[in-house]
Amino acid sequence: MYRGVMIIGEQRGGELHPVTYELLARGRALADKLSEELSCVVLGHDMERFAEGIIQRGADVVYIVDNPLLRNFLPRPYTSVLTRLAKEVKPEIVLAAATTQGRTIMPLVAAKLDTGLTADCTGLDIDPLDRSLLQTRPAIGGNVMATIKTPASRPQMATVRPKSTKPLSADKARSGRVVLKSYEKDMFTTCEELVRFVKDATQDVNVQDADIVVSGGKGLKTRDNFCMIEELASLFGAAVGATRDVVDLGWVGYPHQIGLSGKTVSPKLYIALGLSGSVQHLAGMQTSETIVAINKDPDAQIFKVADFGIVGDLFDVVPELIEKLKERKNGKLRREG
Amino acid sequence: MNIYVLLKQVPGTSDVKMDEETGTMIRTEHKNVINPLDENALAEAIRLRDVMPEAKVTAISMGPPHAQKALREAIALGADEAVLLSHRGFGGSDTLATSKALAKALVTLAGGKLGKNDLVLCGERATDGETGQVGPMVSAILDVPVVTYVRKIDCENHAIVAERVVEEGLELIKASLPAVVTVIKDINQPGFPTLSGKLKAKSREIPVITPLDLGLSSDDVGLQGSPTRVVKVFRPRLSRDTIMCRQDSAGTAVDNLISFLEERGVV
Ligand SMILES: Cc1cc2nc3c(=O)[nH]c(=O)nc-3n(C[C@H](O)[C@H](O)[C@H](O)COP(=O)(O)OP(=O)(O)OC[C@H]3O[C@@H](n4cnc5c(N)ncnc54)[C@H](O)[C@@H]3O)c2cc1C
Ligand SMILES: Cc1cc2nc3c(=O)[nH]c(=O)nc-3n(C[C@H](O)[C@H](O)[C@H](O)COP(=O)(O)OP(=O)(O)OC[C@H]3O[C@@H](n4cnc5c(N)ncnc54)[C@H](O)[C@@H]3O)c2cc1C
Repeated sequence: MYRGVMIIGEQRGGELHPVTYELLARGRALADKLSEELSCVVLGHDMERFAEGIIQRGADVVYIVDNPLLRNFLPRPYTSVLTRLAKEVKPEIVLAAATTQGRTIMPLVAAKLDTGLTADCTGLDIDPLDRSLLQTRPAIGGNVMATIKTPASRPQMATVRPKSTKPLSADKARSGRVVLKSYEKDMFTTCEELVRFVKDATQDVNVQDADIVVSGGKGLKTRDNFCMIEELASLFGAAVGATRDVVDLGWVGYPHQIGLSGKTVSPKLYIALGLSGSVQHLAGMQTSETIVAINKDPDAQIFKVADFGIVGDLFDVVPELIEKLKERKNGKLRREG
Repeated sequence: MNIYVLLKQVPGTSDVKMDEETGTMIRTEHKNVINPLDENALAEAIRLRDVMPEAKVTAISMGPPHAQKALREAIALGADEAVLLSHRGFGGSDTLATSKALAKALVTLAGGKLGKNDLVLCGERATDGETGQVGPMVSAILDVPVVTYVRKIDCENHAIVAERVVEEGLELIKASLPAVVTVIKDINQPGFPTLSGKLKAKSREIPVITPLDLGLSSDDVGLQGSPTRVVKVFRPRLSRDTIMCRQDSAGTAVDNLISFLEERGVV
C-alpha cells in the first residue's frame, strides 16, 4: 500500500538549497488534500542540522541519509539510496525540483522503480475522483499545456519547475520526526567521480533570486541602448533579464535569458521593455507577482499578462522613468538627511 | 569503440498539432528535422570517432517510418550505420517505454552487452516532449553511468572525462565506460552533410526493427508499456486586469506607473 507524499530535498555543496522549501509547499498542499503525511529526504553529509527548518516549513517526517560519499551529487549512489528508500517508505507521490540534479536523478529512480515520471511540472493537484496526482506541464515550446496522470504505477513521480510556487513561511510551532537512515557500504559505490568543481562567476547573475527583474527585448535595437535596461535595473536594485533574441545577438549572456529555454523567474515585480511577449518568453515569467510592460505596439502579447502597461516609445518612456526615479530617490534622501 | 547516437525526429517548426482526444502529437511528414541537440550529439560522436582507431558511429531512432529521413540525414552528416525502431506497437510510448525499447536495441546491436569502450550519446532534451528523461532512463535500464548536461567530452581508456554544466558552475566528472552522456548546445557546432555522405545516405539500407525483433512484448512498449497518460491538452491561459496608459508629452503615464508601483509597495 503506497501512502503519503515524499519530496527530495536538494543539497548543493553541503547546504540545503531553498528550492527544497518550494517543494515542501507543493508537497504540503497535496498531503493535506490526501490527509496523508509529507516526508522529506535529504542525502549528504552533516545535513541533520537542516531537519528542524524542514519540519517548520511543512514536513511531518525527515529522512536523513548521512554519508561522506553523498557529499557531492553523483547519480549512482543517489539512485541506489533513493530507490531503496522509496521501496521501504512506499510513498504514493515523489517530487523533486526540475534542476540539473532533479532532472538527472528522477528519471534514474523512476526507471529503477519501473514507474512513470512527469517532467518540469508547473501545476500539481489531486483528482478528487480517484485521489491520483494531476501533473500539468508546458511542452512543445510552451505552446501547449499537458495534464498527465500515472494511473496504475506507484509511486507517481514528478519534477517541479523551480520558482513556480512560493515557500511557506517557517512555523516554529510545527513538530515532526527525524529518521536517520544508514545503509550498507555497497549502496554508496560509484562509477562516476567528481574530479573538480569550478564555480562560474557568469552563472552568478541570479535572476531567479531577485525581487525585481528588468528585462529588455529586441525593441532596444542596439547593445548600446541596452545600457538603459541596466541603468533602470540598478535604480530598482533589480537583476537584468533578456529575451532569447537579445542573448543570441550577444547583448547579454545566456544566464540572463528568461523563458522556456532560459530561466524561470517569479519576482515581486517584472518590468518588460521592448519585448513582444512570445509564448516562450511568457513561459519563464508569467507567474511574476506584478508585471509592467512598455511597448509601442498596443497589440503586443506582453500586455495580455501585464498588470500595468504603457503604450509608447521606450526611448521616450524609459529615460523619463529613470529621471523620475532618480528625482524621487534624491528627494527621499534629502527628506531623510 | 562503438559510439551510439540516440536521435529523435521532431517537428521542424512550432506549428505542432495535438490530438486533444488521445493527447498525442499529430505529426505530418514534411518539415520534420533531427532534434537540434541530437545533431550536436552526432557531431560529437563523429569528432570522437575520427580520433579513435576503429571507432564506429551508429545512429538509432525510434519513430514512425518517415523518421528514416532523419537517419539518412545522419548518414549524410557522417554516421556509419543507422537503424530505425518502427512499428505500430511502439506508438504512444512515454519516456519509460521509449527508453526500454532504445536500451533493448542498444544491447541487441552490441551483441548482448555494451563493450568496455562503448559510449551512448543523446541530446539533453528534445524540442517536442522536452522531458530530458530518455537519456538517464536508458542508462538506468542498462545499469551504466550517466553524465548529463555535458559541454565537453574527453575519452580515456575505458573512461571519459566530461564537463557538466550545472546551475552554479562546472563539474568535471570522470565516469567509466560504457556510459550514457547527454549533451547541451555548447558542446560543438554541428557540421554539414558531405557529398560522399549524401551519396552513401541515398544507397544505404536502413534496417527497421520491431518490438518482436527485440523480444519485447506489447506490455513493454507503446501505450500499454507506458505508466504515464496525457489526460488533457490545452492552450496556456494568460490574462490579468491590465491598467493601460498611453504615453503622452505631459508624462502622466510614467507618473501613473510610479504611483501604481508605490501602491503595490514595490518601490
Ligand atoms: C524552442 C524555442 C525556445 C525559445 N526559448 C525562448 C526563451 O527562453 N526566451 C525568449 O525570450 N525567447 C525564446 N524563444 C524565442 C521567442 O519565440 C521569440 O522569438 C523571442 O522571445 C522574441 O524576442 P523579443 O521579444 O526580444 O523580440 P520581438 O518579438 O522582435 O519583439 C520586439 C518588441 O519590441 C517592440 N518595440 C520595438 N521598438 C520599440 C520601441 N521603440 N519602443 C517600445 N517597444 C518597441 C516591438 O513592438 C516588439 O513587440 C524560443 C523560441 C523557440 C522556438
Ligand atoms: C505534450 C506532451 C507531454 C509529455 N510529457 C511526458 C512526461 O512528462 N513524461 C513522460 O514519460 N512522457 C511524456 N511525454 C511522452 C514523450 O514525449 C515521449 O515518450 C517521447 O518519446 C520522449 O520524448 P522527449 O521529447 O521527452 O525526449 P527527451 O527525453 O527530451 O529526449 C532526450 C534525448 O533522448 C533521445 N531520444 C528521445 N526520444 C527518442 C527516440 N524516439 N528515438 C531516439 N532517441 C530518442 C534523444 O537523444 C533526445 O535528444 C509527453 C508527450 C507529449 C506530447
